[in-house]
Amino acid sequence: MLRFHSISVVFSLFAFWLLLSGYFTPFLMTLGLLSSVAVVWFARRMDVVDQEGHPLHLGRGVMGYWPWLIVEIVKSAWTVSKLIVHPHLPISPTMLRVKMSQQSPVGQVVYANSITLTPGTISVAIEEDEILVHALTRAGADDLAGGDMDRRVTACEARS
Amino acid sequence: MSAVLDIVSIVLMTLGGVFCVIGAIGVLRMPGFYTRMHAASVIDTLGASLIILGLLLQSGFTLASAKLVILWLLIFFCSPTASHSLANAAYSRGVKPWEPDQGASSSSKN
Amino acid sequence: MMMYAAVIGALLVALCLLLTRALLGPTVFDRALAANAIGTLAMLLLAIFQFVGGRPEFVDLALVYGLLNVVGTIAVQKFFRYGDLGEPGVADEEHRL
Repeated sequence: MLRFHSISVVFSLFAFWLLLSGYFTPFLMTLGLLSSVAVVWFARRMDVVDQEGHPLHLGRGVMGYWPWLIVEIVKSAWTVSKLIVHPHLPISPTMLRVKMSQQSPVGQVVYANSITLTPGTISVAIEEDEILVHALTRAGADDLAGGDMDRRVTACEARS
Repeated sequence: MSAVLDIVSIVLMTLGGVFCVIGAIGVLRMPGFYTRMHAASVIDTLGASLIILGLLLQSGFTLASAKLVILWLLIFFCSPTASHSLANAAYSRGVKPWEPDQGASSSSKN
Repeated sequence: MMMYAAVIGALLVALCLLLTRALLGPTVFDRALAANAIGTLAMLLLAIFQFVGGRPEFVDLALVYGLLNVVGTIAVQKFFRYGDLGEPGVADEEHRL
């Protein structure tokens, strides 16, 4: 498992190197490959090549989750923009605690980051299996408390 | 064809610029620290995405567009991390959320 | 390149507004938030400049700027939370992250 992970990290690093460099001569490509191998070797010595640093297992589930998340982001960004340009600024800031049903740290990070990425809600602190969320409006807080996003992240975590 | 693409990309970029200005107005206008963060995340998500989408239409299928996609991914992965860490630091230093009846801004020690 | 004038102008206006917030404060976290948003806008401006001048290396600058932006924000929040950047163990005692 660890060997498969290391090889996959080498390939992603090399692809990233190719994209950034833009040189496709054999000599430079060999150097790029060597440097990615060296980086992964150092990372193995530091013991940071694992599921958390390179979450391959989420790959399939995430593909179904991201489009939904993008639609959600656009909708809530539109709502927040309307609130900002409204002359009376009709906001009702709320703090609430949301349960998270994810098991792994990676799933919890995905959930907390999705909450922060959606304008209108920000994850402020993580306590045990709850997230302290600051919401701009009460409606946004109720939306989040409905648990739709939580269910989707858990499903995306479970599908892997 | 290229003229249509140009117009679409200009429209997208201008929309992105408008959303950036709206987000900046929100950062200036909102009361309290946490409410300002919501306005800033409009810049990071919708404003940045629309501008990068418009630039992607301009660049076509080249190495530059791959770098733009990497830039977009960087914004999408790193901006929530940075805002969460800021919010968490403010929370642990005791910055109080703004309440509608209190009227004044949410400043505390700094 | 007139077509980019509108979006560059909008970004500069947004930058001025954010700069006002960074100067007004009132807490240090407001300033850090404004600085972070200014960094995002600078990334976008750099990404646009590659098409204005026809110089593709500007997008690399934007990538580096984005990385520095994140590291800078996290360094600022860490400093103002713990009052120190390089004291191992303080974070582990107070907050188990």
